[in-house]
Amino acid sequence: MELIEKIQLGQIRAIAKAITLIENNTEEKEKLIDALHPFTGNAYVIGVTGPPGAGKSTIVDRFIQFERDRGKKIAVIAVDPSSPFSGGAILGDRLRMQTHATDRGVFIRSMASRGHLGGISTGTSGAIKVFDAAGFDTIILETIGVGQTEVEVIEMADLILLTLVPGMGDEIQAMKAGIMEIADLFLVNKSDLDGADRLKSEIEYMLMLGSGMNEEAIPPIKMASAKNNTGTEELYISIFERLNLFKESGLLANRRKIRIQKEIEHIFASKLKEILYTRLNMKENINLWIERVYNREIRPYTFVNEKMMELKKENVL
Amino acid sequence: MDKKIRIVIAKPGLDGHDRGAKYIARALKDAGYEVIYTGIRQTPESIVATAIQEDVDFVGLSLLSGAHNELFPRVVNLLKEQEAGDIIVFGGGVIPEEDLGFLEKRGIQAIFRPGAPISDVISFIKSKTGSTAA
Amino acid sequence: MVPDNKNLKNKKSIWEETTLNKVTSRFPARKNLVTGSDEEIDNLYIPDNNFSYDEKLGFPGEYPYTRGVQPTMYRGKFWTMRQYAGFGTAEESNSRYKYLLEQGQTGLSIAFDLPTQIGYDSDDPISAGEVGKVGVAIDSLKDMETLFDGIPLDKVSTSMTINAPAAVLLAMYIIVAEKQGVTKEQIRGTIQNDILKEYIARGTYIFPPAPSMRLINNIFEYCSAEVPKWNTISISGYHIREAGSTAIQEIAFTIADGIEYVKNAIGVGLDVDQFAGRLSFFFNAHNDLLEEVAKYRAARRIWAKVMKEKFSAKKEKSLMMRFHTQTAGSTLTAQQPDNNIVRVAIQTLAAVMGGTQSLHTNSRDEALALPTEQSVMVALRTQQIVAHESGVANVVDPLAGSYYIEQLTDKIEEEAWNYINRIEDMGGMVKAIEKGYVQKEIQDSAYKYQKSVEEGDRVVVGVNKFTIEEPAPSGLLKVNPELQKIQEENLKVVRSERDNAKVEKCLAALSEGAAKEDVNLMPLIIDSVREYATLGEISNVLREKFGEYRESIVL
Repeated sequence: MELIEKIQLGQIRAIAKAITLIENNTEEKEKLIDALHPFTGNAYVIGVTGPPGAGKSTIVDRFIQFERDRGKKIAVIAVDPSSPFSGGAILGDRLRMQTHATDRGVFIRSMASRGHLGGISTGTSGAIKVFDAAGFDTIILETIGVGQTEVEVIEMADLILLTLVPGMGDEIQAMKAGIMEIADLFLVNKSDLDGADRLKSEIEYMLMLGSGMNEEAIPPIKMASAKNNTGTEELYISIFERLNLFKESGLLANRRKIRIQKEIEHIFASKLKEILYTRLNMKENINLWIERVYNREIRPYTFVNEKMMELKKENVL
Repeated sequence: MDKKIRIVIAKPGLDGHDRGAKYIARALKDAGYEVIYTGIRQTPESIVATAIQEDVDFVGLSLLSGAHNELFPRVVNLLKEQEAGDIIVFGGGVIPEEDLGFLEKRGIQAIFRPGAPISDVISFIKSKTGSTAA
Repeated sequence: MVPDNKNLKNKKSIWEETTLNKVTSRFPARKNLVTGSDEEIDNLYIPDNNFSYDEKLGFPGEYPYTRGVQPTMYRGKFWTMRQYAGFGTAEESNSRYKYLLEQGQTGLSIAFDLPTQIGYDSDDPISAGEVGKVGVAIDSLKDMETLFDGIPLDKVSTSMTINAPAAVLLAMYIIVAEKQGVTKEQIRGTIQNDILKEYIARGTYIFPPAPSMRLINNIFEYCSAEVPKWNTISISGYHIREAGSTAIQEIAFTIADGIEYVKNAIGVGLDVDQFAGRLSFFFNAHNDLLEEVAKYRAARRIWAKVMKEKFSAKKEKSLMMRFHTQTAGSTLTAQQPDNNIVRVAIQTLAAVMGGTQSLHTNSRDEALALPTEQSVMVALRTQQIVAHESGVANVVDPLAGSYYIEQLTDKIEEEAWNYINRIEDMGGMVKAIEKGYVQKEIQDSAYKYQKSVEEGDRVVVGVNKFTIEEPAPSGLLKVNPELQKIQEENLKVVRSERDNAKVEKCLAALSEGAAKEDVNLMPLIIDSVREYATLGEISNVLREKFGEYRESIVL
């Protein structure tokens, strides 16, 4: 495949086109991902998450600079929500990274969630593979930032940075159930604001509770101001220290295996669904079934189990 | 296949009047398109890099300072140089009628002047993509 | 005699049920009877019994200045007719200024091109295509000397629309005057110098808020000692409105900007009465005539209260909101451009009945290109007709006492306070801008307005109703495309003729001063300008020390 060669050569248009093919769920998608597979597994994937207004894009903008200062190639995937009404989206995260637009060692791609929940988009995992195969050293995945539903980012990233800002105390409470537990590193951004220190100790306290008061077990909490560019380089360095630690301890490989597990499960699930739905003539029949369940003529489990038995008899399953 | 039309809305040059650009961005979103908004003070080079990385179908340029004859064709040329001549460029802003022919010759496929309704922009996009789907 | 309000209210209800109802049951009122700010308009306004004349209005020239800042208003002298102009080279603009002065204009208003406004020289690659387009290109003192050649700076007052690099342009003006033998004490004029609205709406910022506010304080301090007749800032709602805000948002955000400047200046130890009298404002004049008049009146009243109650200003002058007005560029249509003359006439009436101190009227062809000399004359004549023929200038605050105007003034004041207080709660305007709050509010209004036009709920004559096929307009003004080359050549000459060692020395001193927060940069900038350091060179020295602002948009 000619496209694969071009991607490996790092040709920008080819990379961009490949991501589109995956994102649009085209026929070429499967072949493309498989062809890329042998060349992946080299890049670090860093997930940056946190509520809207926490300064995620500005942090990412700083990271780009630090990576470039060290001669590394970096790709950014910035996800914004699609409108549930129109399906359209405004992708504005890259605005804060536009000074790097013409740097050929930087590739920024905005993606709309396209109805996918979990803070990322349908094409995100594929886009990561394209960048990985294209030789980018680091891939940053900036999530939508809707709060606790963002745990899916853990299935994509080697490390997750959670960005918080002072003045959203209640939101921490709300988030602690989900996202707080998946973060490998915390950032209190806008550290020049009142309440930054208090936020830091609140996070500390919450993490201590969660870890059974084991100070060793809690992830680092960094303070920085992305806007003033203070504390950002320390944060950047500690991310890579942490990644090295993960690598040495085997945690990184473990995570990546879990990611592959999820991927295999996901492919199976979607293939099965496809087969099932085709056999069941889902599109045509579903309304009829809805009506029958609605009118209490049939019961959902009994009905589905009967259908499954039929498929078994036909040797579909 | 779930194809979405992607559009960059950019402000080349130095003028900061982004009311129109922001309106277009929002209205295109409401019409179901994915819009990448770059903000103000963009060079033709950064607009073209953005368009290519984002693999868009269209680039919409908004400019009110009068520098359109210099900057719009530069975007088209850079796209061509970077083998992305298939990306369709359109523009809007305070653009005198007498410049329309010149801009058209330089590959700007549509110009929307003050007062043009958003429906004109959407019809243009649809006519170029040959579909009713956003 | 004040009518009994309660009785009147009852009478109104009866009128509604009987006389009015009889008609509306057959012929209902038109839809969308709202102000430009989308505020609903009542079917009839009646006197308000709780209305306190002393508290709400007072007398012209007296607190709270609702009726105007001067006791005589235009019975004494007309407002300053000041047409904003500038394009191309300094030479071309110079001849336009002379033309305007010959036509009876009483003040100059300088438009700079975008590279100048953002602190780039004409030969900077980023200036490509923009040189001389929306105003005159000024690279060094040399251009400024040409710009004012033959114009006596002790006789005219000059307004300069310059913000981020305002200190540099003011420095150039001071030296040009000096070379004409005119002292700093004699020169009169205004620099816009309002960086906050650049972040909010206009976009010609350079530095982040903190160093930008420092530069503004440096100018306040320097001018109060050295250039006493200079208006050091023109706090501008004009561009906020152009960006699509409502009338209420326009004055609310502008006054919130004003509060931030005053707080800042007090914060560095300036006495409020030392600078407050040199603060001036700049508003938009839109089509909704009555709402606009109410807007200006409400703005004066709010500002007087802010200065008196919040900042304990003592001098009368510190409490007065003096403002310049420009008719609304965004209301001009490219379609049937002659209609714009009528719009501008209505807007002129609004500004004059609202008590403006100076006025720029837009030209009919500005939705198409820069105005021609002929259309600028019509715009100026519009002001002269309103002044000399309409009669509205013969009486102070002519609409006062209209039930509608007074109630609308109150309503606008109330809603503006809501915004001002909300912004104060956020920690002031800089914080509100960084959060994107103000930008978002304006965008939402702009979006709503545009939608209502597109859906035909709001009629714009010639655009979405009463349209015609019309031939392309001709005879528009074109800026010389060779201009960039001319400016580049001029720059080469300047750089070869000046004493470059001296320039280096001045710029090094400026850089050193910029690094120390307690140094006033004005004298250092004046030294640099005098040696023909260019605007770009000076701005780059400051960029190096201060960093650059990046927009924080929310869509």
